[in-house]
Amino acid sequence: MPDRNSEPLGAQEDASAKALTVGTATEAEGAPRSLWTDAWHDLRRNPIFVLSALLILFLVLISLWPSLIASRSPVHCELGRSLEGPSAGHWFGFDTQGCDVYTRTVYGARASIAVGVCATLGVALLGALVGSLAGFFGGFWDTLLSRVTDVFFGIPMVLGAIVFLSMITLRGIWPVVLVIAALGWPPIARIARGAVITAKQNDYVQAARALGASNTRLLLRHIMPNAIAPVIVMATIVLGTFIALEATLSYLGVGLRPPTVSWGVDISAASDGMQFRNAPHILLYPAAALSITVLAFIMLGDAVRDALDPRLR
Amino acid sequence: MSDQRGEPILEVTDLVKHFPLTQGILFKRQIGAVKAVDGVSLRLYPGETLGIVGESGCGKSTVAKLLMNLERPTSGAIRYKGEDISRLSGRALKAVRRNIQMVFQDPYTSLNPRMTVGDIIGEPYLIHPEVAPKGDRRKKVRELLDVVGLNPEYINRYPHQFSGGQRQRIGIARGLALNPEIIVADEPVSALDVSVQAQVINLMERLQAEFGLSYMFIAHDLSIVRHISDRVGVMYLGRIVEIGSDQEIYQYPTHPYTQALLSAVPVPDPVASGRRERIILAGDVPSPANPPSGCHFRTRCWKAQSLCAEVDPPLTVPGHLKDAGPPVAHPSACHFAGEKPEVTAE
Repeated sequence: MPDRNSEPLGAQEDASAKALTVGTATEAEGAPRSLWTDAWHDLRRNPIFVLSALLILFLVLISLWPSLIASRSPVHCELGRSLEGPSAGHWFGFDTQGCDVYTRTVYGARASIAVGVCATLGVALLGALVGSLAGFFGGFWDTLLSRVTDVFFGIPMVLGAIVFLSMITLRGIWPVVLVIAALGWPPIARIARGAVITAKQNDYVQAARALGASNTRLLLRHIMPNAIAPVIVMATIVLGTFIALEATLSYLGVGLRPPTVSWGVDISAASDGMQFRNAPHILLYPAAALSITVLAFIMLGDAVRDALDPRLR
Repeated sequence: MSDQRGEPILEVTDLVKHFPLTQGILFKRQIGAVKAVDGVSLRLYPGETLGIVGESGCGKSTVAKLLMNLERPTSGAIRYKGEDISRLSGRALKAVRRNIQMVFQDPYTSLNPRMTVGDIIGEPYLIHPEVAPKGDRRKKVRELLDVVGLNPEYINRYPHQFSGGQRQRIGIARGLALNPEIIVADEPVSALDVSVQAQVINLMERLQAEFGLSYMFIAHDLSIVRHISDRVGVMYLGRIVEIGSDQEIYQYPTHPYTQALLSAVPVPDPVASGRRERIILAGDVPSPANPPSGCHFRTRCWKAQSLCAEVDPPLTVPGHLKDAGPPVAHPSACHFAGEKPEVTAE
């Protein structure tokens, strides 16, 4: 009895939805368009994203293959040309040791980007793990993990890193990466916990639970994909600050040390007051490279947040 | 219908769910409990639709969650074909879940926005691989889309590309995927436009006839519940106050709360509307954290006497109405249950 009028009505509804879809999407009928596709659609049209993404792509390329744009070796130095100013063959001039500042700035990108990317990966994994476990299981585990997060959140990053790095004798980028990852995860954990709690309350999670889905399936298929966006945004923004932190630690003499080539090491070596008055270029070029890189990552994070946050749409 | 019901497929006895109220951050101590469901007993028979009506906060949705095992009851039993399913876990619970499925209220939050329609409707087969062999699943999903009146070509689309009514159809298709016997529908149409509500209700009725489903239909809209239900239970503050066939409840209500509820239903006939007495209840619903003693409704009832505060009226056919016979004699949890013909919906 009821299906007599439900069928044509249903068909009508379908037809109107079809018209609606045609209006909004120019793609082929039935082509999948997820929220990520929508975000990418927005991002491509955002000049800030395009600019920062191109800059980051360039930085990643030169940190992988610095010889693409720098023909000399960063450790080939001629003491005789110490503190020589910029010239036609050497645009950025020479530092105290007589090394080419341009070559060192190019090669310095590798350490900075490597520390930033590795530390961010570590922070994102650790933070997402702690945060999602606390948010998903709640109760005792939430209390325990949240208090541990609070304890780590209370440790000042720079002070904590100085204390740990001055205790260990191992050098290179890995101690710096580990220390940043160990101290930098609390903000990500808090964001992940909040996102997981929000996603957990959605009816589709209840529906999957009612179907008999396991906790693993609920977390991986239903909660994580809907909670990951804020974590990605936060990770992109902290990447820039971690690069700055690496430079800070190197400047303070506890991060990377010569002969490792990094912007922080070069800024540290160039920051003598006398030298700055005589040869400002040896400080300005690595510092400018650092600022531009940090800015690029923070702008990228901003653009990604705008595209992924449905409330700003 | 009531003569040849046979064995109930689902039997709920004295179901209680109290949510503890705690104080303190680290050392939590319980300072009370919200008595969301406070002793609900009901039976669902094969092939019938049992409607549950009540105002917001009366515990309707908590009953649905308890039936789905999404919450654990504080006490009481939920028997599916004689087996208490409220304490099951692991494999046994998963097996029972195949037979009881749910349709949710809000079609905008009940579908995962990151999954395609095909993945959403096909997920039950991934969780219960024994239901459909691997190669068949895609075909089954297409069939389900067709059954609920959607184009099977939409299988690769995402939920945000559909209207509310279409999304609710997808939710229904997901509920049907495992061939359940019981569908618990928690306000399945209250988030939809009135015209779309009718389509979804008609679809649900057609599916019931086609697959022999039993529905537990929870809603606050009295006319929709009347349309779809064989029997209706009226809930107030965590308890069922009156239960009977739709005729018994809508034309011969004996509980004062049901009478007040029905008197608030608008009547499209101005003459009849003028004749009808409207019962305006005083005050608000008491807090479920601190319900009144005895009858929960006594604080707002015009018939209340000192007996009501002392003795909790059981949900049985009232003694003084037994002689009246059906349809007046049906379970009503009131010491002074009685007809009040001028307030009925017709």
